[in-house]
Amino acid sequence: MSELDSLYREVILDHYKNPRGHGVIEGADAEAEGQNPLCGDEVSIAVAFDGDRIADVKFQGRGCAISQASTSMLMDMVKGRTAEEVAAMSRDELLDEVGIPLTPVRLKCALLGLGVLKLALHKGRGTPLPEEWAGLDDLELR
Amino acid sequence: MAVTAQPRLDAERIRADFPIFEHPVHGKPLAYLDSAASSQKPRQVLDAMTTFYETSYANIHRGVYELAERSTEAYEGARETVRGFVNAPAAREVVFTRNVTAAMNVVAYGWGLDNLGPGDLVLATELEHHSNFVPWQYIAGRTGAEFAVMPVDAEGELQLDELDALLARGRPKVLACAAVNNSLGTILPVPQLVDWAHAHGAIAVVDAAQAAPHTVLDVQALGADFVGLTAHKLCGPTGIGALWGRAELLESMSPFELGGHMIRKVTVEKTTWNEIPHKFEAGTAAIAEAVGFAAAIRYVTEAGLPAIERHEHELAEYALARLGEIPGVRLFGPPVDRRVGIVSFSLEGVHPHDVAQIVDAEGVAVRAGHHCNQPLMAKLGVGATTRASFYLYTLPEEIDRLVAGLHRARNLFS
Repeated sequence: MSELDSLYREVILDHYKNPRGHGVIEGADAEAEGQNPLCGDEVSIAVAFDGDRIADVKFQGRGCAISQASTSMLMDMVKGRTAEEVAAMSRDELLDEVGIPLTPVRLKCALLGLGVLKLALHKGRGTPLPEEWAGLDDLELR
Repeated sequence: MAVTAQPRLDAERIRADFPIFEHPVHGKPLAYLDSAASSQKPRQVLDAMTTFYETSYANIHRGVYELAERSTEAYEGARETVRGFVNAPAAREVVFTRNVTAAMNVVAYGWGLDNLGPGDLVLATELEHHSNFVPWQYIAGRTGAEFAVMPVDAEGELQLDELDALLARGRPKVLACAAVNNSLGTILPVPQLVDWAHAHGAIAVVDAAQAAPHTVLDVQALGADFVGLTAHKLCGPTGIGALWGRAELLESMSPFELGGHMIRKVTVEKTTWNEIPHKFEAGTAAIAEAVGFAAAIRYVTEAGLPAIERHEHELAEYALARLGEIPGVRLFGPPVDRRVGIVSFSLEGVHPHDVAQIVDAEGVAVRAGHHCNQPLMAKLGVGATTRASFYLYTLPEEIDRLVAGLHRARNLFS
């Protein structure tokens, strides 16, 4: 399998073309959006809770296959978990699921959704902010 | 000048001067179509810098020994080469800066902080690179001046007839415009914009980063007050560029960076500034880079800017035709007679990042992203484009390889 075929493997293209959890949640409990400054890609994520646990999570955005597919996979992964569990989730857990070789630049694409989700949980539930978001002056903390 | 009347250059022969092309990428010959981001470097430039380091290097301006004299002569000689290249009236009007972003910060801080205030209007075109946009937006905010953009339409065409309507927003003090836009390749009507600025009492600040590598640059003919250019886009090294400014403006301005070399006299009570251009060159300069900058200017001048312009025009024409044949390709930017060798496009259903990655596997280097033109991208209704950009070493068959890569991308994502 060539480098390209392993990067754009079937499951990535499938999530890109048929994203899971794509859309908005009316009256969401937590929301955030973020951009990848390298390419201007955008992802916004909304979360609805049932008690402590994530009952529903949806995303919208525009971006490359890697960023959109990894965010789509993330939606499947976090449903039913608590905010604390997701805030503590390692990037490797997502990257294992994405399962493709990534250069440092494309790594930022793959991790955009996870960063935005953690920001939403921080804003909605006060969980710790991911390190890479600290110090950004456009964060609306509440 | 009619394009066909211009001399022709031999891109195959020129290519042999660039060592980078001897090294395959992913096992394929390199097709480098990202010269608008930065150009590759010919051996002549690399050798000039190496020879300088090996035979003439010392710090400049202060030593009285032979090497320091030689080094100073090389650095100031480079300034004179830049002066000639942009047809500036005097070498003292040429300030070495790190790049165009740094040049624009010198003007925005050095002129803007002292001369802008409430009621004043700072204008930038919507075709600006962030380098001639963000400093003005920020300094306008700091001084209470109004910041506004000269808009483009949904095709990226500058709306010149909207200019006068902007007068309602304040007294024009600054007009920031690029000579050539970096994502669409659009050639802007700089003399017309400069005339408008001057007629309304504003200074005109021109970003020539994308113009200088591809077309004859004459700061006197442009009529502007400040012009910035950078070496790395015209076959020179990174870390060096130049700001040309009218002497009387440079003399009246505050320095931006403070410290070594830019002083006349320092006491505990007070410091006075060095004469121009040294007032704006704080700290040890990028000396070897200035030498490389001069070597690059000699290189492109010898190849001939009219010949480079013609070569790029032909490549742009060819690329627009070939890309236009691919289903799902949307081309951005003006007709070929108003653009340099830059072609921005999108491919339906495939994000620019993915396009760039897929063609990279074929050894084809293109840029994907917002190209430091986010307001323009917003106007075009896209977050990003894929951009192919050409230079004197670009061959038509490299465009063919890009086209083949785009067909592969379509198949992969279909």
